Amino acid sequence: MLKAADLDAIRAIITRAKRWDLFFSMLGILSLMVGVLTFTVLFVDMAIQGVPRLSYEFFTSFPSRRAENAGILSAWVGTILVMLVTALSAVPLGVAAGVYLEEYAPKNWVTDIIEINISNLAGIPSIVYGLLALGLFVYYFGFGQSILSAGLTLALLILPVIIVATRESIRAIPQSIHEGSYACGATTWQTVSDHILPYSSAGILTGVIIGMARAIGETAPIITIGALTFIAFLPTAPFAGDPPAGLFDWILAPFTVMPIQMFNWTSRPEAAFTVNAAAAGFVLVFMTLAMNGLAIYLRYQLRKNIKW
Amino acid sequence: MTASASHPSQPLPLGSGISDRLSKKASRHVKERIIEGLLFSAAAFSVFVTIAIVYVLVKESWVFFETVPLSDFLFDTQWTPLFDDAHYGIMVLLSGTLTSSAVALLVAIPLGTIIAIYLSEFAGFKVREIAKPFLELLGGVPTIVYGYFALTFLTPILQTIYPDLPGFNLLSAGLVMGIMIIPYVASLSEDAMRAVPMSLREGSYAMGATRLQTALWVVTPAATSGIASAYILGISRAVGETMILAVAAGMQPNLTFNPTEPGATITSYIVQVALGDLPHGSIGYQTIFAAGLTLLLMTLFFNLLGYWLRKRFREVY
Repeated sequence: MLKAADLDAIRAIITRAKRWDLFFSMLGILSLMVGVLTFTVLFVDMAIQGVPRLSYEFFTSFPSRRAENAGILSAWVGTILVMLVTALSAVPLGVAAGVYLEEYAPKNWVTDIIEINISNLAGIPSIVYGLLALGLFVYYFGFGQSILSAGLTLALLILPVIIVATRESIRAIPQSIHEGSYACGATTWQTVSDHILPYSSAGILTGVIIGMARAIGETAPIITIGALTFIAFLPTAPFAGDPPAGLFDWILAPFTVMPIQMFNWTSRPEAAFTVNAAAAGFVLVFMTLAMNGLAIYLRYQLRKNIKW
Repeated sequence: MTASASHPSQPLPLGSGISDRLSKKASRHVKERIIEGLLFSAAAFSVFVTIAIVYVLVKESWVFFETVPLSDFLFDTQWTPLFDDAHYGIMVLLSGTLTSSAVALLVAIPLGTIIAIYLSEFAGFKVREIAKPFLELLGGVPTIVYGYFALTFLTPILQTIYPDLPGFNLLSAGLVMGIMIIPYVASLSEDAMRAVPMSLREGSYAMGATRLQTALWVVTPAATSGIASAYILGISRAVGETMILAVAAGMQPNLTFNPTEPGATITSYIVQVALGDLPHGSIGYQTIFAAGLTLLLMTLFFNLLGYWLRKRFREVY
């Protein structure tokens, strides 16, 4: 039989335990808020400083010694061109590698090495990729400090992201789809190209966008290959340079990108340049947020719509 | 219809039809093998990237270590490779890296763990659906932007609390770096906790344990290996982080473990050298490869440690 005193004691224990639960919930929300608050403050602070600086001229002017005349024309053009090279080289390679590992790879030590190697590559700091590019692309292959070098560097950097995303979205396709295709007499490649790739394309796209969003903000490896910060001209347009002009003249041109432009302005002591840095940072954060947001939205839609 | 011979409802003519199909099958086989070969080379390419990284770093560092003895590199207490009186003590840069990483981890590990436990064990479905993408966004902000934030926002605030704080310091950079690392630690730890089977929790609840007791004494121990590798990933991020430190911590080499001082790290030194125009092949140029090799070895060590922890402490259900 429970005595009244024991009952009270048990109740006290339960109350205390519940209080601890509540306390920890608060702590959890508080910790989350640290992140939320930092992000909000960062964004709002940059917006207050930078948004008044955003104007048509800011997007269409070259960097300048006078802060009020400076703009980000060469930076955003450079970013787009570098991203183009990155996407064109990283996406085919990454998707092909992901498909191989999921659909073809036999279970042996070669596959093991490739898998361990990919997860290891994902953990290497970005600046080390910059050093690789400096030694390999810039000097050994002789690409110089060009859009090509930077694009390939960032491609190597996001390759693991794309491979992992490809593998995950392929793995989400039920085995019965494979089996159905094989049962109809399809070869592995027919199965992959007619079924696996189309069904996983949305998932792969999500991974590609996340990878590209990361590449857009990468500063360190591009500084390491020696990108110039003061570029007051645009890369040659296709067929516009000295003859014999080609479609890809711009690929070996010197360049600057958004994060480097921002870094340059941030490291100057004058307040006017800090405002420029805030404006460039706002554009940069807006770009990466938009891309990440798009990826998150795509994934959400995907999870909602596909019922195998 | 002249093509009725190949129509499936018609019986296939024997002879030519089968040999046609067989030769088609042979060509199909060749095509399959070629495609498989191409895909394999794409996968194997990642191995070449690793080999290239090691090759480039070791090759340039080799030249460096022919001029500078390894003992100087490891034990000298000065780092002045670009001065006339050159010293190459990596310890100076390491101290900056370790100090800033320590500050970052003091922020990221407790907050990241609490967030992970909260999201996995306490939060409702809705909170989690909002919080997880948000954390992802937080991890997606370019590091140069965090650097700008540390320099122009956090440092002035810290200076009002602690007036002697210099404009460039490891503390502010480390704190912001910690915030940047929270998403990595939190989301990986949360994944590990969610992988713990429900039956373990149900057993614990059935014994009368509260949520917190279950989280701390059942789920967390069961997810130790995953949580540990999340921490290791956080450490490896902190050690390799570059731009926040280059912007907000100053780039003067400084042998100190005091976070309120400015300092250079391995990564920010590489940036500093790359911003100048050192001739290809000079000793200054090679120092960044020696520094990079040190960094690579450190992250490799952490990666292996994480791998080993996962293997060693994995609970099998």
